[in-house]
Amino acid sequence: MSFQDITFYFFATVLVASALGVITARNPVHAVLLLVLAFFTCAGLWLLLQAEFLAITLVLVYVGAVMVLFLFVVMMLDINLDRLREGFWKWFPFGALLALVMAAEMAMVLMGRKFSIDQMPAPPARAADYSNTKELGRLIYTEYVYAFELAAVILLVAIVAAIALTLRRRTGPRFLDPSQQVKVKRADRVRMVSMPSEKKE
Amino acid sequence: MEYAQQLFGQFFGTEWGPVLFSLTKNLVLIVAIVLPLLLGVAYLTLAERKIIAFMQIRVGPNRVTFFGIPWLAGWGQPIADAVKALMKEIIIPNGANKTLFIMAPILTIAPALAAWAVVPFSPEMVLADINAGLLYILAMTSMGVYGVIIAGWASNSKYAFLGAMRSAAQVVSYELAMGFALVCVLMLSHSLNLGDIVKGQEGGSFINWYLIPLFPMFLVYFISGVAETNRAPFDVAEGESEIVAGFHVEYSGMAFTVFFLAEYANMILVATLASLIFLGGWLPPFDIAPFTLIPGFIWLLLKIAFLLFFFLWFRATFPRYRYDQIMRLGWKVFIPLTLVWIVLLGAVMQLPPAFLNAFPLNLWFH
Repeated sequence: MSFQDITFYFFATVLVASALGVITARNPVHAVLLLVLAFFTCAGLWLLLQAEFLAITLVLVYVGAVMVLFLFVVMMLDINLDRLREGFWKWFPFGALLALVMAAEMAMVLMGRKFSIDQMPAPPARAADYSNTKELGRLIYTEYVYAFELAAVILLVAIVAAIALTLRRRTGPRFLDPSQQVKVKRADRVRMVSMPSEKKE
Repeated sequence: MEYAQQLFGQFFGTEWGPVLFSLTKNLVLIVAIVLPLLLGVAYLTLAERKIIAFMQIRVGPNRVTFFGIPWLAGWGQPIADAVKALMKEIIIPNGANKTLFIMAPILTIAPALAAWAVVPFSPEMVLADINAGLLYILAMTSMGVYGVIIAGWASNSKYAFLGAMRSAAQVVSYELAMGFALVCVLMLSHSLNLGDIVKGQEGGSFINWYLIPLFPMFLVYFISGVAETNRAPFDVAEGESEIVAGFHVEYSGMAFTVFFLAEYANMILVATLASLIFLGGWLPPFDIAPFTLIPGFIWLLLKIAFLLFFFLWFRATFPRYRYDQIMRLGWKVFIPLTLVWIVLLGAVMQLPPAFLNAFPLNLWFH
């Protein structure tokens, strides 16, 4: 067993354990933090596959931004375990069906001959100066430019829709425009009054 | 070095020898980076107190000294503070989530130190010379917010929780502006490797530094850096006059000190990155005799110290931003500005080479 194998098994064990923790943890905050751990270890596995750009982007986007917002929302929830467990048996058949379909799909992919190890030989090792990032950028902006642009447009539509759905114009907020605040001169606020001193009678 | 390598080979065999050798070598190098860094953090706190005292016409710490030497008065202060913090009791509040409460400071300092792995101190002095260095640093600094959020939640205190919420929103928004500012840098340098980014700024004088073509981006990056580290005037996460001390209200002793260390380590990191990316790193401002005699590492330290001074200056000068003003600055000022600059830069890069050479533009676009 080489050092690389040991690293792989370590990351894989942590990944599986934390993924199990996500679905078994009682406390939603713990579940989210375990999911963060799962993402992080997954990035470690991708690094072993020499996909450093994807690995770092996974940490940057999912761990650094998406999960922070997740945590943000989950922390503000009023956690009441009894209420969460209320409809368990009512929804159990539906959940079980979903799980079965997913398991069947995964089995179809993993058992299929197309994805067996001898069908997919390991890619040749790259030189040390091979830049994954540059190569990905070249592919995205040349061969797959239409797919990439389509994905970008879909995301843009999603952003606009999310803002349009949640935007509410409140009537009568007490709001000060900062640019106007900055522009204020003394003359706008203070009136200098010249008053002659009064004579003492 | 080779002797040590041979020794490892003899002890652990040909398969494990090289692995264990590089592991040991890296551990020694990590200690060689982290120890001076922590010393720098300690003396940055002293510098802060002294400089702010100077700006407010006070004296600042001037008592603690080493071995009673009078002219070192004040220099022992960080050491005394550290010893005091170590001696104090760590109080875990009732109803706090114990594991997460202890884990939060660790989660804050670990990314702050891990990011230093790819920082080059001179052309040869770098622990991990990886291609995606800039991305790695962005990823690591974006992890730092977890410590703050978890600390706020695990403390089971309203003030701490408010601080954590404020910090989460603030850091996530300023990260975007920071990332876009760095996109401009990598458009100019064609590389994500920090060493290559500095090498792209070579060429005779400070005119070649990316500071000149990317001056607005430098401002965006630096101000976002101040916001990311939760420093004044963006310190709403602490806000001692509104929410006592924000996310670390409940922390005491060493647990609090670790938060403190992480904040200052992050400040040094932001200053280092800004000097590497925009101020030419180890390059002297003029490539002529008196400047080139000073080693590059000293130039880098000078630039870092110069930028760190700004952090302290800001704190002594500006009142705290209101929360909605922070959000406005991030989303409505910085992000549009960076987007416009990216488009502008892209347009200039697409100009024909003859046109670029006619202007002094070829200093930066090559």
